[in-house]
Amino acid sequence: MTTRVPERLGKWLVSGPPLLYLVVFFAIPTLIMVLASFRTPGEFGGLAPLVDEAGNLDLNVDSYVRFFTESVYAEVFVKSVGYALVTTLSCLAIAYPLAALIARSPKRWRDLLLLLVILPFWSNFLIRIYAWMIILGPQAALARGVNGVLASFGIAPVALLFSGFAVLVCLVYVHLPFMVLPLYANLEKHDAALLDAAQDLGANAWQRFWRITFPLSLPGVYAGAALVFIPALGIFAIPDILGGPSDSLIGNLIKQQFLETRDWPFGSVLSIVLTVAALLLAGVAAWIGRRSLGTPSSAGAARA
Amino acid sequence: MALLEIRNVTRRFGDFTAVDGVSLAIEAGEFFTLLGPSGCGKTTLLRMIAGFDLPDGGRIELNGRDLAGAPPESRPVRTVFQSYALFPHMTVEGNVAFPLKMARTPAAEIPAKVDAALEDVRLNGFGRRYPHELSGGQKQRVAIARALVTHPTVLLLDEPLAALDAKLREDMQLELINLQKEVGITFVYVTHDQTEALTLSHRIAVMNTGKVEQLDEPSRIYGFPKTRFVADFIGHCNLLSGPVTANAGGEVTLDVAGLGPVRVATGSALAPGRPGTVALRPEKIRIDATASDGTHDNHCRGTVSDLLYMGDVTVYIVDTPGGKKIEALLANSTSGRTTFFEVGDPVEMSWPVAAGHFVEE
Repeated sequence: MTTRVPERLGKWLVSGPPLLYLVVFFAIPTLIMVLASFRTPGEFGGLAPLVDEAGNLDLNVDSYVRFFTESVYAEVFVKSVGYALVTTLSCLAIAYPLAALIARSPKRWRDLLLLLVILPFWSNFLIRIYAWMIILGPQAALARGVNGVLASFGIAPVALLFSGFAVLVCLVYVHLPFMVLPLYANLEKHDAALLDAAQDLGANAWQRFWRITFPLSLPGVYAGAALVFIPALGIFAIPDILGGPSDSLIGNLIKQQFLETRDWPFGSVLSIVLTVAALLLAGVAAWIGRRSLGTPSSAGAARA
Repeated sequence: MALLEIRNVTRRFGDFTAVDGVSLAIEAGEFFTLLGPSGCGKTTLLRMIAGFDLPDGGRIELNGRDLAGAPPESRPVRTVFQSYALFPHMTVEGNVAFPLKMARTPAAEIPAKVDAALEDVRLNGFGRRYPHELSGGQKQRVAIARALVTHPTVLLLDEPLAALDAKLREDMQLELINLQKEVGITFVYVTHDQTEALTLSHRIAVMNTGKVEQLDEPSRIYGFPKTRFVADFIGHCNLLSGPVTANAGGEVTLDVAGLGPVRVATGSALAPGRPGTVALRPEKIRIDATASDGTHDNHCRGTVSDLLYMGDVTVYIVDTPGGKKIEALLANSTSGRTTFFEVGDPVEMSWPVAAGHFVEE
């Protein structure tokens, strides 16, 4: 079995570094966080000693009790899920026609159009958020135009900036490419003969989309929805910068617990609840997807 | 009046004329084949009948009604695509039910119609499977059932058997013939495979460079090719060309280079001096070891230069002293031996004047 050894060594050389990376920077921190969620906050922030002066192990579920008994946290949580859902659906509504357009454009145009989709990534995330501050600001053309129209109907002016609206607009803007790319990757593989066949069999343009293109694109829809929903659920920078006082989301709450209130156990609880909720929602979405598609493999075989 | 009338239809792509003034009349209940090499315009013509492409000139009429304004989804015409184009996210039932749903068939009637269509193609019991769980032949049957379930006026088949292996293709040919008889729907079949065309069709239109070269029954296409192209494209054929030296009494004599005078029975009135061709099928040539008994009017000597053993028959390539290559075919059934002659054997070939078919050029 001498030949097996280098083969095994090769496998470890390939899979070892990423595995090590995940253990050190993901698995261990997660365990630390889980442990921290059961500990007592320190007097001046951080954590109280694990073993107190009397020699007793100090582990409790106080922080969990607090999350599930004080309704304000559940409300923030529900609001965050709502924002993430609206963001996901808005991204889907904008990205689908865009991805379809790119997938159907001549081959020489596609690379350029895809480049334009990912172009925003070349500038800093925070700078892009601050750019929205200017666009939505009260002195900018947009706000003045909107308020001008409202005034002509006798409606009092509104502030676009520091509102839920501003947060949503920026959430959609930031996450749009994550929806466009998987949708494009899916739609680009569709076999045009299927649409010809559907048309030949009597399907009009809407029926061809609804019965053929859309169901076959669902794997792309789910991938895009996961890529948008999960980060949107935990975001804190956008509500921090563009939101009003009532637009605080779960991400802001977590940041607040760690950096301002310095209640690490409660921050850990919020993080864990967020992670579990995201996993549950993703699982439910995958389950629904599998059921509506019949078999997952048949959808995956959308003719490569 | 014919069911499907194609009147002087032309289709150009830039400088290239894919279909060049084609006129055809296809009768109800007919198995009609468009046969030709790739690029001859047969698929373009089929796509225009289906409505995926529009003619630049001419008309396509179904039951006397011009189809020009009708999009594919509203034509009573169905296509079986070469790639099958089954919907991968639907079961066999879902695929076959699709055109019924599009036609707003009452939901209660759909299962019975789907079952009947699957029965027609001998796929009962496969309804719950997905296309990726089927073999190539089964996919082909689903595609046919899906196209037939709404009882279209015309079924278009675009090289439907091209992706199947040889044995399965033969089985499917038989089934297609029976199916067409059973359902009585007009089939318009596109293929580049001349054997398939001869086997399946009531009539064949042989196409070349966008034009119909000959429109006839299979036996006439094979036995009496009108043009050199048809003779060459359909089956194996010796094309013996040369100037006419005599034309009298329903018999033309040609002077073929490397072979000498060749006599052929024909009604042609081609004057001496003009070029002509005799199309002579390999199986029409008698091949003997010794000089022939003189019953045949054409004979020549030669040497076997190659032989192709095909099981049931052997094809001999014979070189004449003048350097002409003649293909002759001998059935192996008459002897226990595998071949009658070996490479290098001298042979005598002969054929009657009626064996060849004269083609003017």
